[in-house]
Amino acid sequence: MPESLFGIPTQAFLGQLLLGLVNGSFYAMLSLGLAVIFGLLGIVNFAHGALYMLGAYAAWFSLEKFGLGYWWALAIAPLAVGALGVLIERTLLKRLYRLDPLYGLLLTFGLALVAEGVLRDQFGVSGQSYPVPEALAGATDLGFMVLPNYRAWVVLASLSVCLGTWFLIEKTQLGALLRAGTENPALVQAFGVNVPVMVMLTYAAGAALAALAGVLAAPIIQVTPLMGSNLIIVVFAVVVIGGMGSILGSVLTGLALGLIEGLTKVLYPEASSVVVFVIMAAVLMVRPAGLFGKEK
Amino acid sequence: MTSPPATPTAAGQAPRPAPAAPHAERPARIARGVVLALLLVAPFIGLYPVFMMKALCFAIFACAFNLLIGYTGLLSFGHAAFLGSAAYATGWLARSAGWSPELAVLAGTLLAAALGLVIGLIAIRRTGIYFAMVTLAMAQMVYFVCLQMPFTGGEDGLQGVPRGALFGLLPLADDRVMYYLVLALFVAVFLFVQRIVHSPYGQVLKAIRENEPRAISLGYDVDRYKLLAFVLSTTLAGLAGALKTVVLGFATLSDVHWSLSGEVILMTLLGGMGTFTGPVIGAFTIVGLQNFLADQVGSWVQVIIGVTFIACVLAFRQGVVGEAVAWQARRRRRAG
Repeated sequence: MPESLFGIPTQAFLGQLLLGLVNGSFYAMLSLGLAVIFGLLGIVNFAHGALYMLGAYAAWFSLEKFGLGYWWALAIAPLAVGALGVLIERTLLKRLYRLDPLYGLLLTFGLALVAEGVLRDQFGVSGQSYPVPEALAGATDLGFMVLPNYRAWVVLASLSVCLGTWFLIEKTQLGALLRAGTENPALVQAFGVNVPVMVMLTYAAGAALAALAGVLAAPIIQVTPLMGSNLIIVVFAVVVIGGMGSILGSVLTGLALGLIEGLTKVLYPEASSVVVFVIMAAVLMVRPAGLFGKEK
Repeated sequence: MTSPPATPTAAGQAPRPAPAAPHAERPARIARGVVLALLLVAPFIGLYPVFMMKALCFAIFACAFNLLIGYTGLLSFGHAAFLGSAAYATGWLARSAGWSPELAVLAGTLLAAALGLVIGLIAIRRTGIYFAMVTLAMAQMVYFVCLQMPFTGGEDGLQGVPRGALFGLLPLADDRVMYYLVLALFVAVFLFVQRIVHSPYGQVLKAIRENEPRAISLGYDVDRYKLLAFVLSTTLAGLAGALKTVVLGFATLSDVHWSLSGEVILMTLLGGMGTFTGPVIGAFTIVGLQNFLADQVGSWVQVIIGVTFIACVLAFRQGVVGEAVAWQARRRRRAG
């Protein structure tokens, strides 16, 4: 192994790439949820970032107030945020299904503002730190780099969740119903499937997925009310680049863009916050429907 | 050029503004006259001039935005980028380069137009919900560029921009002179938007909004029309930003932030998309609300804005003016 790559110490270089992969896993999980929700509900869920943020806060809150640790949070946060998702879908979103999707975007934008504003009022804008669980603390020396265990866990966990979701949607009976519901809800309803409940649970599942990503992220980044809105815009760009048609496509796009971002941070740090948007512009010029999208 | 027949049947339920009468009806005309008179005497009846100027700048911004969502059916979620970049450019030119205010404002506005052309070329490759996401992402890119550029002052923003003298003659430091300049420009923009919408070009825009495939099949180069509408809208948004910097004397990151892009949507939605006066009413309401609430409730302003958003989408999609027009139409129908 060489001492340095591109003039940067190998250890630092690989560290940045790993960080990029970690970010990419979050992009993948969030854009996956966005795509599934959009497919069935026809709503681009701007609140997805806020749900991710709420997941992280749920983890922090259950540790602070009830002393429930990380492993509990992995279950509690998705359940709580999923329940909130049920509430949102039942009371608000279901009134919008026959309208232009733009209204769904605007309503969920309003929801995101409310969630962010309430948490800012309660906890301020400064970050809360969340400890890395003991079992995953420390690092493993791989010889060519020192791998922080927690980061490896995040990548593995979110990849398994993404693949699990893919399997559920593409290979199971339930997934077949979901896909059929995306194509033609009236027909699926006529076959005796309770489509409104299916739609509700889909939104809840998307919300839970976002919350799970939030819990995974909590020990790595500062938990702040703003963490969701900063992320959701990048995820929108990821979704535009990948196209919302394919699940594996959005997972791959998310991971690849995270890696590219990490690489840019090493080679040309000034551009790292805009590189995803530049790629989006380039992809739009060449393939307007996105890399995995279907041309109309 | 003949305008294609208006088609009332859009695919699905597009964001449908109230059908605006081609010419304002009598009550509406009277109301406009009263409002204009009020605006003209505002500095003499104790209305805080800086607040009025700020609200007028945002009214210009909302009118510009409305040209796009209300008459072309394109939801831009990144309009703050144009307001903000013009605000920074004007501020820097007036302060550090020592340009006169009229040239600085002109340059800022032109910058927004150029930026609108570039972003428009990319964004119009997608429609509907994707258009919104693309504009949001491109605007976020502009935000990051503004955050990192040395001359924007980063987190502190650009402070202490002098107002100077218009054409070297009129001292803009006098709030009244500044106010009448802003008012004149606002009236000009208002009439300009009205003129555009009623022109044959505006009719084509509305045809695109109602049914894009049909407009294409009638032989219109839809992309070119949309791009021009986008650039017109961003240019006016730039004018709003440039003026705002001269009025307030600073440009900050909140001028390019996505939350401002959201606010201009709310202003237009609240007042009534696709109505001429709606965005103006919306802008005054939101700016007034923010000014008033900031003292009262502090950080709950964002929550209140969010709740207003939700309420508008659920129950009030035509906005104040749209609902008023619909109510009047219902009353007239009942009267026979």
